[in-house]
Amino acid sequence: MADAALRRTVGLPTAAWLESPVPASRFILRGAAAARAAAGQGFGLPLPETACRAATDGNRAALWLGPDEQLLLAPDGEVDSIEAALARALQGHAHSLVDVSHRQVGIGIHGPHAEWLLEAQCPLPLNLRAFPVGMCTRTVFGKAEVVLWRPAEQVFRLEVWRSFATYVVELLREIERESAA
Amino acid sequence: MSGRRIEQGGRVERSRAIRFTFDGKGYSGFAGDTLASALLANGVQVFGRSFKYHRPRGVFAAGSEEPNALVTVMRDEARCTPNLRATQVELYDGLVARSQNRWPSLDFDVQAVNDLMSPLLPAAFYYKTFMWPRAAWHKVYEPIIRRAAGLGEPPTLPDPDRYSQRFAHCDVLVVGAGPAGIAAALTASASGARVMLCDEQPEFGGSLLDEPTASIDGATAADWIRNSIATLRSRANVTLLTRTTAFGYFPHNLIGLNERITEHLAAPPTDRPRERLWQVRAARVVIAAGSIERPLVFPGNDRPGVMLASAARTYLHRYGVAVGQNIVLVTGSDAAYSAALDLHAAGVRVALIADVRADAAGAPLDIARQAGIDVVTGATVLGTRGRLGVREVTIGVLGRGAVNDTRRVKCDALLVSGGYTPSVHLFSQSRGKLEFNEARQAFLPSISAEPESSAGSCRGIDGYAQVLNDGARVGAESALATGHSVATQEYRVQVHEFSMHGLPGVLPQANHLQPSRAFVDFQNDVTTKDLALAMREGFESVEHIKRYTTTGMATDQGKTSNMNALAFVASELGRTIPKVGLTTFRMPYTPVTFGIFAGYDRGDLFDPVRTTPMHDWAVQQGAVFEDVGQWKRARYFPRPGEDMHAAVDRECQAVRAGVGLFDASTLGKIEVVGPDAATFLSRLYVNGFATLAVGRSRYGILLRDDGFIYDDGVIARIAEDRFHVTTTTGGAARVFGMMEDYLQTEWPDLQCWLTSTTEQWAVIAVQGPRARDVLAPLVSDVDLAAAAMPHLGVTQGRICGVPMRLFRMSFTGELGYEVNVPADYGLAVWEAIHASGQSHGITPYGTETMHVLRAEKGYIIVGQETDGTVTPDDAGLGWAIAKSKPDFVGKRSLARETMHAPDRKQLVGLLTADPRVVLEEGAQIIATPGQHAPMKMIGHVTSAYHSAVLGRSIALALVRGGRARIGETLYVPMPGGEIAVQVTATVFYDVEGARLHG
Repeated sequence: MADAALRRTVGLPTAAWLESPVPASRFILRGAAAARAAAGQGFGLPLPETACRAATDGNRAALWLGPDEQLLLAPDGEVDSIEAALARALQGHAHSLVDVSHRQVGIGIHGPHAEWLLEAQCPLPLNLRAFPVGMCTRTVFGKAEVVLWRPAEQVFRLEVWRSFATYVVELLREIERESAA
Repeated sequence: MSGRRIEQGGRVERSRAIRFTFDGKGYSGFAGDTLASALLANGVQVFGRSFKYHRPRGVFAAGSEEPNALVTVMRDEARCTPNLRATQVELYDGLVARSQNRWPSLDFDVQAVNDLMSPLLPAAFYYKTFMWPRAAWHKVYEPIIRRAAGLGEPPTLPDPDRYSQRFAHCDVLVVGAGPAGIAAALTASASGARVMLCDEQPEFGGSLLDEPTASIDGATAADWIRNSIATLRSRANVTLLTRTTAFGYFPHNLIGLNERITEHLAAPPTDRPRERLWQVRAARVVIAAGSIERPLVFPGNDRPGVMLASAARTYLHRYGVAVGQNIVLVTGSDAAYSAALDLHAAGVRVALIADVRADAAGAPLDIARQAGIDVVTGATVLGTRGRLGVREVTIGVLGRGAVNDTRRVKCDALLVSGGYTPSVHLFSQSRGKLEFNEARQAFLPSISAEPESSAGSCRGIDGYAQVLNDGARVGAESALATGHSVATQEYRVQVHEFSMHGLPGVLPQANHLQPSRAFVDFQNDVTTKDLALAMREGFESVEHIKRYTTTGMATDQGKTSNMNALAFVASELGRTIPKVGLTTFRMPYTPVTFGIFAGYDRGDLFDPVRTTPMHDWAVQQGAVFEDVGQWKRARYFPRPGEDMHAAVDRECQAVRAGVGLFDASTLGKIEVVGPDAATFLSRLYVNGFATLAVGRSRYGILLRDDGFIYDDGVIARIAEDRFHVTTTTGGAARVFGMMEDYLQTEWPDLQCWLTSTTEQWAVIAVQGPRARDVLAPLVSDVDLAAAAMPHLGVTQGRICGVPMRLFRMSFTGELGYEVNVPADYGLAVWEAIHASGQSHGITPYGTETMHVLRAEKGYIIVGQETDGTVTPDDAGLGWAIAKSKPDFVGKRSLARETMHAPDRKQLVGLLTADPRVVLEEGAQIIATPGQHAPMKMIGHVTSAYHSAVLGRSIALALVRGGRARIGETLYVPMPGGEIAVQVTATVFYDVEGARLHG
């Protein structure tokens, strides 16, 4: 694609526990149960029907955000192919599929301190019992709205609207300064 | 000199001497001392001057209940903390402390004259005296009173320290780590439940730290504490927090904790926060707050050297300090005998134990007498003497209702005890119901409002064994309530202890009108006379008496005074204590710094700073930014030597004559998709959308259900079932919320869904007669010709090879486009357009120019021309309403007669008689000149600018019956005189709109 050279993702400070954001293909799918089931067929991954749970298969993931709302994640460059596949699968099903690839950035936070860093400013309990691997939810981190997903025990992924990403990372870095304390 | 360090004992590290200063004088203490214990060890007796009368005051307690010994601790000019309790200030090398509320010195204070004038300073004296003249209050009375009566001074420099905030969750939060709290944490955590244990003191143990001779399950109290804490520390499910005060109990078991992290260190590491706010959500809370000894109320009870008996015991056992060398104990409880006996054993002379109970008898008295201590019963205190410290106490012995024997006893410390008051502060904050217990003469927790339990002496349990077992049981029960099962534990305790029961109230006096005052609230200087006066003046509710006299309203919140005040009021009114009632306990338990509430919210992290993909480009171009909500928007792009006026004039003319470039990315965008999308938008907006063709857009107005304008924007039909809705920058979130609300609650039958796309798209507005020429070389799959892409046309194609949604639209009145590209491409496309426009003189412009250009065209800005009381018709937008629609949000309200009244404020244009005069936005408008205040105001200016293209000022205004006044002259009264203005239509430039369609 000719446009790769023109792409500028949000520039963020770096940290040992921070995975630099990588461009991705993202969609918000909204629709009734039948549409979600059909979309799962097209996406190649049954969409999670349990509240606040993510489903993954290879490099694709679907996150339950609401009773009729799913966030679909896939590697960069698959927007057109996913749109086409879902259009086929969803034929005859009322739904909304919106490309939000550029709306937000995915921030990976990993390591033994990941839970501690996030718990400081997220009002939800993030211990493994309350927030097990595979859980995802919309919540707030400090003053920013985020989607928080735990793909592994010591790995969290925050999906943050792009203009809030700098704030979120700077706040994490400020919290990190205390880890010695 | 009265206090001194005894040879051995205490928990201080005698090998580590600590140097510090108090009021400029150097002293030495030991590691583990508080400022209070170290000063007492150095023989210091006067710690401060009282709030109102400037009476000399000493340290009265040993913990957070201290009412008197408030000090200022200074690290430097910016780190200067006033009103700290010396009993809680941990000593560190180089500590600099100052007493408060004294001038020129502690021992000689000029304003102690207030004390002599005290007969003239009764309760509510200030309210009564300084009422007139009213103007004098702010300028004269208040500043003087504030200087005279007061606490320490806050620092004037910004706080350089960092403060942290954390959320935490646990199964069981235990507040207070005395015997009950530790026992509760042990059983609760043994169950596997996640437990947090916090205590305001630097070490765990609470009252057990004062019991060197006690043994628990065969271990000394100190060993038991050490072992228990080691056990807790070894458990991964336990969080231990010292120096951490549970200051507030919030709904749904949210507890605020204030952890002091570096306050006690001589050289705090700069990377560590000074304090931390914990917001703990606990499934169960165990309150193990203990109890606080109650003072006795008698004449001269505030003299330095008068002290709680329990405090004297704490100073002895924890700090190795004898508070006097010749003491008298006055007590209404058995428990206080321990203090006299322990001091006696440490070699201090106990001159007398005066028991105020006529029927006192039993073990404590027998033991004291066996030790050779003189004990009298049925005693009262008639007065004390000593200018800067108690030197003599007059004891009266009561018989047959009268004082029939008085004794003057020399002493250098007078220990007092009226028994113990359970600490029910947090329980009461949780909205739990208190009940008065006659036997304990105390309010005890009764019915819980939150999932919590009290344990130990804060719920009236007396005796270490009972307290420990109560803690263990409550800990086990709390864990069980969170699904964790564990057996409770029985402790075997050996300890010398006596009952904590006592008597609240005022000691009997021979003459009701004593010359010397009996203090109830030490910190606010409230005496029994003040309370009596309040009652004589008709106040009977304890809530009124509290506010009138300020008793219990000082920074200590009456920890030592409330029960005595209540008992006094009850006895004077001839009522029982529960009939008089209790005032509300409020947070914080002890004062909390502003720092922990600010937390991370300072500097760049105060609020998220939102920037667009093209922000850095604008920064490089020297743009001046303005805040629009959380967004930074380029306001104008000054060239060297230009001020805002010059830059905006240039930018405006560039757009009108050539082409301008504007970052509109912050506008809210919502993708509305589904077979019912058009129906949904038609029900919501005043406009019709059913007939909007794919590839076309329409200006939409959104009302609240009261019929007033809420938001506006352009709505484009991308496909049959897909709309691209734009909102105002500030309205993005609330419009999305309103839409989602209607969909979920009013029209769940509609098949239509929302997705916010505000940040998906970078929006580049290219405006001006040359706009088409600039874009043409860059776009593909798009026909820009006016026939194919007319005004309000919308199409999809590519620009610079990336996908684009292109809108033909204009907020300037010129030929214009808005290029929407996925945000990551925004900067590259912006730069390409800027480069392509060079030959056309393309000019980047900011929000200020945008405002001027749209005002020249009479386009409104929601929030500037509207204020929540403006209908579409008021704003001159009645044409947008689809009359044929059966309904839309706000339609019924618009049908109300008053919404069509001819004298409603309507949007009009204003032209000043002098074209150079730019009106002030917000200025009021009057119909006739020469009015005197109050004038009849008929409207106000909403927007006013200098228009470069017109060479004069223009303004928009909301004026009563404005459209009927077009051509009239009105007046804008300003401080410099009235400005005559002519009412015009709202469109000042290109009235017929030809340029739009170029």
